[in-house]
Amino acid sequence: MAVTQVRLTFAPSGLAPLAIAEKIREAFPDQVVEVVEFRDQVSVIVKKGQIVAILRYLHDDPFLSFDHLQDLTAVDYAKKKDVRFEVVYSLYSIKYRHRIRIRAQVPENDPKIDSVVPIWAGANWHERECYDMFGITFTGHPDLRRILMPEDWEGYPLRKDYPLKGPDFEHDWPGFTDMVKRSRELREFEWEG
Amino acid sequence: MIQKEAERIFETRELNVNMGPQHPATHGVLRLVLDIDGETIVKVTPYVGYLHRGIEKLGENLSYFQALPLTDRMDYVSAMSNNIGYCVAVEKLFGIDPPMRAKFIRTIVGEMSRIANHLLWLATHALDIGAMTVFLYCFREREWILDLFEMICGARLTVTYPRVGGVRNDVPQAFLDSLWKFTEEFPSRILEYETLIDQNRIWLQRTVGIGVISAEEAVNWGMTGPTLRGSGVPYDVRKHMPYDAYDQVEFDVPIGTAGDTYDRYRCRMLEMRQSNSIIRQCIEKLPPGPVMADDPKFVLPPKDKMLPITQPTDMAYFIIEKACKGCGMCLRACPAKAISGEKKKAHKIDQSQCLQCSTCFTTCKFKALTVVPGGKGLSDEKLAELAVAPDKLPDDIKEAQQNLTRQFDFIKKGPKVPEGEIYVATEVPKGELGFYFVSDGSGKPYRMRVRAPSFVHAGCLPRLCVGHLVADVIAAIGTIDIVLGECDR
Amino acid sequence: MNAANIIDPATLEGLAAFGINVLIIIVKIAVVLAVGLLHVAYATYFERKVIGHMQVRLGPMRVGPHGLLQPFADGLKLFFKEDIIPAQADKAMFYLAPVIFMASAMVNLSVIPYSENFVIADINVGLLFIFAIAGIGVYGIFLAGWASNSKYAFIGGLRSSAQVLSYEIAMGLSLVGVMILAGSFNLSDIVRAQQQSVFGMYVIPQFVAFIVFTISAVAETNRTPFDLPEAESELVAGYFTEYSGFRFALFFLGEYIAMFIIASISAVCFLGGWTLPWYVLKILPFLEYVPGIVWYLIKVYAFIFFYYWIRATVPRYRYDQLMKIGWKILIPIALANIVVTGFVKLIL
Repeated sequence: MAVTQVRLTFAPSGLAPLAIAEKIREAFPDQVVEVVEFRDQVSVIVKKGQIVAILRYLHDDPFLSFDHLQDLTAVDYAKKKDVRFEVVYSLYSIKYRHRIRIRAQVPENDPKIDSVVPIWAGANWHERECYDMFGITFTGHPDLRRILMPEDWEGYPLRKDYPLKGPDFEHDWPGFTDMVKRSRELREFEWEG
Repeated sequence: MIQKEAERIFETRELNVNMGPQHPATHGVLRLVLDIDGETIVKVTPYVGYLHRGIEKLGENLSYFQALPLTDRMDYVSAMSNNIGYCVAVEKLFGIDPPMRAKFIRTIVGEMSRIANHLLWLATHALDIGAMTVFLYCFREREWILDLFEMICGARLTVTYPRVGGVRNDVPQAFLDSLWKFTEEFPSRILEYETLIDQNRIWLQRTVGIGVISAEEAVNWGMTGPTLRGSGVPYDVRKHMPYDAYDQVEFDVPIGTAGDTYDRYRCRMLEMRQSNSIIRQCIEKLPPGPVMADDPKFVLPPKDKMLPITQPTDMAYFIIEKACKGCGMCLRACPAKAISGEKKKAHKIDQSQCLQCSTCFTTCKFKALTVVPGGKGLSDEKLAELAVAPDKLPDDIKEAQQNLTRQFDFIKKGPKVPEGEIYVATEVPKGELGFYFVSDGSGKPYRMRVRAPSFVHAGCLPRLCVGHLVADVIAAIGTIDIVLGECDR
Repeated sequence: MNAANIIDPATLEGLAAFGINVLIIIVKIAVVLAVGLLHVAYATYFERKVIGHMQVRLGPMRVGPHGLLQPFADGLKLFFKEDIIPAQADKAMFYLAPVIFMASAMVNLSVIPYSENFVIADINVGLLFIFAIAGIGVYGIFLAGWASNSKYAFIGGLRSSAQVLSYEIAMGLSLVGVMILAGSFNLSDIVRAQQQSVFGMYVIPQFVAFIVFTISAVAETNRTPFDLPEAESELVAGYFTEYSGFRFALFFLGEYIAMFIIASISAVCFLGGWTLPWYVLKILPFLEYVPGIVWYLIKVYAFIFFYYWIRATVPRYRYDQLMKIGWKILIPIALANIVVTGFVKLIL
């Protein structure tokens, strides 16, 4: 019941992002594909095979302790890169105040990756959103359903080959056609029907 | 034996109640499917997406400057904070730094927006639990803040006041005076709300021990902002990754211990006081200077240094006959259809129909179109005498013309952004708002991802509700402070 | 031979007297009904104004001067609204429920003594009658919840019947002390007994009972902080979620009349009804010339104002907390009060 006020310091501490990337490379030498740095933020591109093991290591290692999953999303690199999808995990350690980004490559012909819900419960909805928007299946996810789009939607809106305007409602989405039909039926009850 | 027989005959099932999407207490269009056993919650399944507008997809098809107004439509309760979050992220991606005054102004409006958000949160949370008067008291102060927003940018809700590289315009002195008065009065108003509910036995019974979540679990669920801090985790983006002027002001971060609804309520109440103090410090320290970064590679030019604005009344546009190749570009571009002429022959502007929009001026590739300052109302012959080739125009007009071209270019195509990817988080009232940009070197983001705190918090609802009573669902929805516009994006 | 010769003149006189009596009763009923309904109309206006000013706003201001005609505008609107009945509703019950609720509230108006000798039915079991009829009112609530075929209404109906039934016990027990002191169930007699007592009002010797009564009265009429059956943030509108138009208005009327009745019981049983305590009259003797109905109304409206005041101040209880207060706190206190009162009465 007691709420106290603390004066947090600004001073950042923790490991330098490149040092963390090195640690990952040491722990999983055959998994790391590339390390990219841009504007002081470091991304480690890894293969998807042992993604849970890598993230479990990052979460549990007492010197890394990445307890906060800031973000989990995917990027569609259609025609830009050899491996089409990348699932992006932005990690932050509240204890040590350092961060790292892990990007797992997911090929187009096998859009599957292991779920990290057992590590971070908060990944649940993020993974559902990725599935909804990119069609990437997260194996081991407790409840993988569409989340933002209607459950009977076809296609994955955030893929690059999906048109901005979306499909033609009247022909493509049964939910919409049903609604239009029903509204026509009900029109007879209007005042000037 | 009899009991067993009865159980066989009378099967008991949970009652399945559909709460929302149209329900007075779900703060928008959240839909919860509750399985209740008597009054006890057995299972909660949240459904979101009723307000999905595809902001991420839209962002990928708009330039960095065009996507800014979309961000007010996410968390419309604290639009200013969302704008700031977007701008800070884009600035980091561009590698530019706004001037100090702009940073302070942003800090001020960001904290105002935090107060406005917490006021709305307190109002609805209290109303949901049944304290009706707090609702109206809070709205009284929220109105004041919205009026102040209107004073600086003309809009109350969807403000789009911060810009990439600074803020749209400087704040008037009257705004600062009125805001100062507000900060002087606001602490006593907070006391007023607290008189009504802080020690109220019913309020305590409804909030203490409800929706308890431990620190480890809250972090594991990805909670942020006051919702996380109520559990005692000292994570505040303003302190961990300072942006704007937060490293220049002194403030404390309220931390709860129990992680229940009451502690989260207390955290937000104390946070409002801290915001108030931050605003006061910022007003006191507000440095003079420009409010927009001056970087022709990335920042939009100032509005008062663009062509039609320079001398809007007395300019005339004129086609130099010798230079005109008769390509017809200007003819097609003119929105007023004031240009006439055949192909391959010199075109002509009908001055009586010209809107002075400068479209022809920017489209002409042969330097045939020019501006005649003070040329309005003159005859064509006179204009021909006065006209000089566009590259021999006075410097200020030349600069204004370049600015205009840049404005068009940046808005439509966007600036040349370095290739890379970036995740930048800011502390909005609801928690950590993150923007993840992937840039492919063009003027539009290749991928724009919004990490919305409401989305994450809505995902925790089942964790907070199960095992409690129906009435506690309302308290739990209130305590995580969600806005569905942000949740669904 | 004419009719006058057949009928005995005495019988005729008796018939005439009977007719006049009936006429007087009809006139009384008409007056009470008209005033009762008008009261309800203005009780809503009063509520909105009072709460409005407590919440730094004005309340209704548009219809008529200071919004005085607002209740009529509301009534007209409700009267002309479409009458919606849910598709799968139990129609007969759906029609019946508001009528039961409203009628049971209205019937209670008949036993309230408004002033000396102004009571429609001066029956000897006045208090019991009120409780009995209020018990029937619960049927209206429960049927409404059941017949609507809506889960919200159903939960609201369940909550409400449980709440009203359990708080009726607390309320009834709290009034037993009054009955012991007055030695009667007749409401007019209770008032007269108070007038003759040392304290002038039973609120002084029965202070504990008065508190118990006030709390359970708020719960009995489903008002904040005990307005769970119609908690709009949880159950939309509780048992009358599916009602619209005039049927909704009937519930609304019934609720406000119930409030009036409860306030009346409190005025009659604890605050001395139409009378003033003798010591007040001794200090200010001119008050004797003020008609009794004025004192009665002042007491009733003070109580109703108290209702509004609570509503503007406190949040809402949770269902289990509400039942806990009723069964674990109020009923034991009321029982203890009965025991103490009985002993005191025996000793004196």
